[in-house]
Amino acid sequence: MYIYDQYDHEILRQRVAQFRDQTERYLAGDLSEAEFLPLRLQNGLYVQRLAPMLRINVPYGMLNSTQLRRLARIARDYDKGYCHVSTRQNIQYNWPDLDQVPNILAELAEVEMHGTQSSGNCIRNVTSDQFAGVAPDEIVDPRPYCEIVRQWSSFHPEFAFLPRKFKIAISGSEMDRAAIQVHDIGLQLVRNGSGEIGFKVLVGGGLGRTPVIASAIREYLPQEHLLTYLEAILRVYNLHGRRDNKYKARIKILVRAMGAETFAEAVEQEWQHLKDAPSTLRREDIERAKSYFTEPDYQNLDDASAQAQLEQQASDNIAFGKWLSRNVRQHRVDGYAAVTLSLKPTGIAPGDITDTQLEHIANLAERYSFAEVRTTHEQNMVLADVKKTELFDLWQEARKLGFATPNIGTLTDIICCPGGDFCSLANAKSIPVAEAIQRQFEDLDYVYDLGDLDLNISGCMNACGHHHVGHIGVLGVDKKGQEFYQVMLGGNAGNKASLAKVLGPAFEAEEMPEVVQKVVNVYLENRTEEELFIDTYQRIGIAPFKERVYAKAS
Amino acid sequence: MPKLVKDGAIIEDTWQRLDKPEGEAAEVRVPEGQVIVPLSVWQAQREQLQARSDIGVWIDSDESAYDLGNDAQSLPLVAVNFPAFMDGRAFSTARLIRERFGFNGELRAVGGFIRDQLCYLSRCGVNAFRFDDDNADLEKAQQSLADFTEFYQAGVDQPQPLFRRRA
Repeated sequence: MYIYDQYDHEILRQRVAQFRDQTERYLAGDLSEAEFLPLRLQNGLYVQRLAPMLRINVPYGMLNSTQLRRLARIARDYDKGYCHVSTRQNIQYNWPDLDQVPNILAELAEVEMHGTQSSGNCIRNVTSDQFAGVAPDEIVDPRPYCEIVRQWSSFHPEFAFLPRKFKIAISGSEMDRAAIQVHDIGLQLVRNGSGEIGFKVLVGGGLGRTPVIASAIREYLPQEHLLTYLEAILRVYNLHGRRDNKYKARIKILVRAMGAETFAEAVEQEWQHLKDAPSTLRREDIERAKSYFTEPDYQNLDDASAQAQLEQQASDNIAFGKWLSRNVRQHRVDGYAAVTLSLKPTGIAPGDITDTQLEHIANLAERYSFAEVRTTHEQNMVLADVKKTELFDLWQEARKLGFATPNIGTLTDIICCPGGDFCSLANAKSIPVAEAIQRQFEDLDYVYDLGDLDLNISGCMNACGHHHVGHIGVLGVDKKGQEFYQVMLGGNAGNKASLAKVLGPAFEAEEMPEVVQKVVNVYLENRTEEELFIDTYQRIGIAPFKERVYAKAS
Repeated sequence: MPKLVKDGAIIEDTWQRLDKPEGEAAEVRVPEGQVIVPLSVWQAQREQLQARSDIGVWIDSDESAYDLGNDAQSLPLVAVNFPAFMDGRAFSTARLIRERFGFNGELRAVGGFIRDQLCYLSRCGVNAFRFDDDNADLEKAQQSLADFTEFYQAGVDQPQPLFRRRA
């Protein structure tokens, strides 16, 4: 994991001091509401429906146990004893007092954390694959590059007042788990014919009001040119992105208006001036970043015997077996596995976690996984380096603590924004709908049998719940002051990214569990043995689902 | 006389800035003395104005640094305008004027920018700050220039990114 040196600490210390001064000036009436707005946003502070909301960056999802404990302490001392894992791997507090925020940021700075650029019209926290460094299908570990981009983008003087927010995601594996096709910039690490490392560069993806799959503007960018090329993209966007209408201000609209090819040419032209500038990465610069992400102290383990033991345990204990198949993933190193702790038990807002739970996870991380944890954009947490021989012990502990619901990747592992209960942008509540659907599908065996099924809920078209890329997407809409829910089908977030199609007229909240049940029934009746929900949908299309859901009661 | 912050000091502003013309830029009468003219006036009257040594040019946020281009090198002053402080195009325009077109004179921010942007603006090559509000507290503004003293990225002020300077 990256460790701050004196420079990082000094810069962050200055940032906290700057924001403390800005907050004081605001509270004293010396800084207007309009002027304070972008300044507080760029430190993670929203003013929400009921209270301010503070978003803390978790750079590319990596946390250590010390940071978890600090997050717990802040939840206890400054909030109502819990926080929320967001769909961009970040942590959100829903109830801090505005005048306490500088103190919270100072406490975070001590453990190398911050809310810098976690909102506002600037370059946001870089996100990545929660299985970075341990995934068997990894081409190159994306984390050193994430850290290089994090530093470059933090306090970037030229790009702090962009037309709109700007999100970058980096994937280093064959399977895209970072949703790079729906980011403003998606970077796919690749190796060229000679084995050299570079990036495929995608631009202009995004969800929100106008969902778009990103366009590739460069098939291979040698790694040393990463920063100058990003600078060229951002400069073209900063100068030419629309500023007259915030709904048309994202880079996806610019790319679409110019055409991806013309946009690529404009970037190329700008880049010719920036290429080979001092921001070009030398071998030693990349090596230095990589030196922070070396392997933990893995032991030489006998994978075959560990695997045999696991299989025995799984057959002795069906519940453990199910957890093993849903919540545990293959690891690159023999004898190890990556475990996802589910933050989605029924009845808890997806991604919500209490102070004591954070501390329990810190304990689990210290005992089982080199004291590190990752957050996921599906709003769960991962222990990435667990010995297979210790999985059964971990499962028992996690079960007691409520993190072992074997639902990862299933219908009840719902991605859900905070919605109208908290967010001032929302048109409708999302958490109660998620809960009602979870209750409809409480039978774990049934859910397990359904297999991989992404259900994503957003409380408004800003799409924080990524509803466009859910196999089943749910969008809260407001009609004359009443909340309704639009259902869409067929979205996909991974390599074969696709956008969901609207099923038909929206429903009331109470109807939603039944509607989802009907959609699931159509799948069950039509699936072939090897088909997942998305496969069946792609084969039979939307019509049979539509017919069933909107059939008149006879 | 109104004041501004230039090179970290508070001094009197000896320049007058002409608004954008409503009519033909070619017909605008540019007065005597130190005058900052709109880009359109510069373009329309380039030949006459080039003969003077007391002409500066201001670039609005929807205008391009490329439209001034290398002309910048012969000018004592170039200004970038903020129609509103949230309009961040001036940050890029300033860098282009300095880094692409090699301008070494006074690069001035004008318009509705705020004190909290000074540090970043100065990293983009702006060395003079003339607030629209004549009552702005320039001493406080001066202090904001030092909000940060260390930076990750290369800028006009420090062409070497931190990763090349780290011990």
